[in-house]
Amino acid sequence: MWSPEGGHKARSYFAPDEPVKEEHVPSDFISNLYVFVLAAFVGFEVIRRVSPLLHTPLMSLTNALDAIVVVAGIIIAGRHETVISTVLGAAAVAAAFSNMVGGFLITDRMLRMFKRSKPKQR
Amino acid sequence: MSLPSDQLIQIAYIAAIALFILALKWLSSPATARHGVLAGEVGAVLAVAATLTESGVIEYRWIAVALAVGAAIGVPLGLVHMTAVPQRTALSHAFGALAAALVGGAEYYARLPHLTRFEMGEISLEVIIGSLTLTGSLIAAGKLQEILPQRPITYRGQNLVSLLVLVAAVAVAVALVIRPEQTRLFPVMVMVALLFGALLVTPIGGADMPTVISLLNSYTGLSAALLGFVLNSKVLVVAGALDGSSGFILSVIMCKAMNRSFSNVMFGAFGQVQAAAPGTKEERTVRSASAEEAAAILASANTVIIAPGYGMAVA
Repeated sequence: MWSPEGGHKARSYFAPDEPVKEEHVPSDFISNLYVFVLAAFVGFEVIRRVSPLLHTPLMSLTNALDAIVVVAGIIIAGRHETVISTVLGAAAVAAAFSNMVGGFLITDRMLRMFKRSKPKQR
Repeated sequence: MSLPSDQLIQIAYIAAIALFILALKWLSSPATARHGVLAGEVGAVLAVAATLTESGVIEYRWIAVALAVGAAIGVPLGLVHMTAVPQRTALSHAFGALAAALVGGAEYYARLPHLTRFEMGEISLEVIIGSLTLTGSLIAAGKLQEILPQRPITYRGQNLVSLLVLVAAVAVAVALVIRPEQTRLFPVMVMVALLFGALLVTPIGGADMPTVISLLNSYTGLSAALLGFVLNSKVLVVAGALDGSSGFILSVIMCKAMNRSFSNVMFGAFGQVQAAAPGTKEERTVRSASAEEAAAILASANTVIIAPGYGMAVA
């Protein structure tokens, strides 16, 4: 039930009889990690030289982009596995979608005000 | 189309990701800012549409209702008065964090019988971050709306208490990783993380809230990326990582612009200096507002409670 690798000690201590689960790091994780690290640097570089005028709209846009969690909600609610996961997933979809809709709407309104004052500037 | 629909969906995700990057890029410069919002919107629509057509998604009624409810909440939130933008962002962000925490919980209960420890670790971390961001954002919104006192609330031993709560959350998470079947522990972990979120933001003064919101944004991005790992969804990983890093660097930039120590804001409780700061801050606001011609927005922002923060963000 437990293999000689050190990482498996805890299992033998706590629950020697539970079914064997996959313990190693899934290969998907590594490829996702590559993507994560690269995307993090892209995010960093893209924002680094933001015009100070745009701090607030940018904050509100990243807020709207956070709502990408809606994708996860749709996947989970749509799989329709258990009642509890469907309900929680659907609640997540509602919450995230409100964040997304509201976030884009307000960012756009903010920038519209901004644009009107721009001609005076130049 | 000769391409299998799965690949089409992936291509749509890649396009969405490219649009998200362009959105952030374009929003960093005034000339292209509005294109940025458009790119973000198109990207989001693309991502949602692609997800809806995924083969795994078989049940649409709940999703349709949820999307309608979300739109019904989101539209009024997007139409608030300009002066209420900061608390709106915080409140809206609380919804995003709620979603992150809920999804993590849903995934936990859905996968429970055959959940590997590795997945459990990812889910625990994700749920802790989502939960602490939820209460943190709510406290931030409350402070900005002046429902809660704006001044930093501090007491003796605060750091220790906050730290202990965080340690408790991590301890419960570790227990769950060791034995994912302990369903009773899951709500406990959520509760402790919620408490920690509240403790994290309470000691921070109202003027620092924009930075805090940006930082909380970054936390939600991180939890979205973690969800991407759990669900093996690259679009979540990329969008989450983009948000995580851009939110983080944005809050660092804002802190610098406001002449604040980032670590003071981040670990609010350590910020004993905070009490002294407000006096100098307001002068800076005035100067910066006059310096920038497009101060129309910022002028309106100056009438908000947290105005000094925004003015300084510009300086």
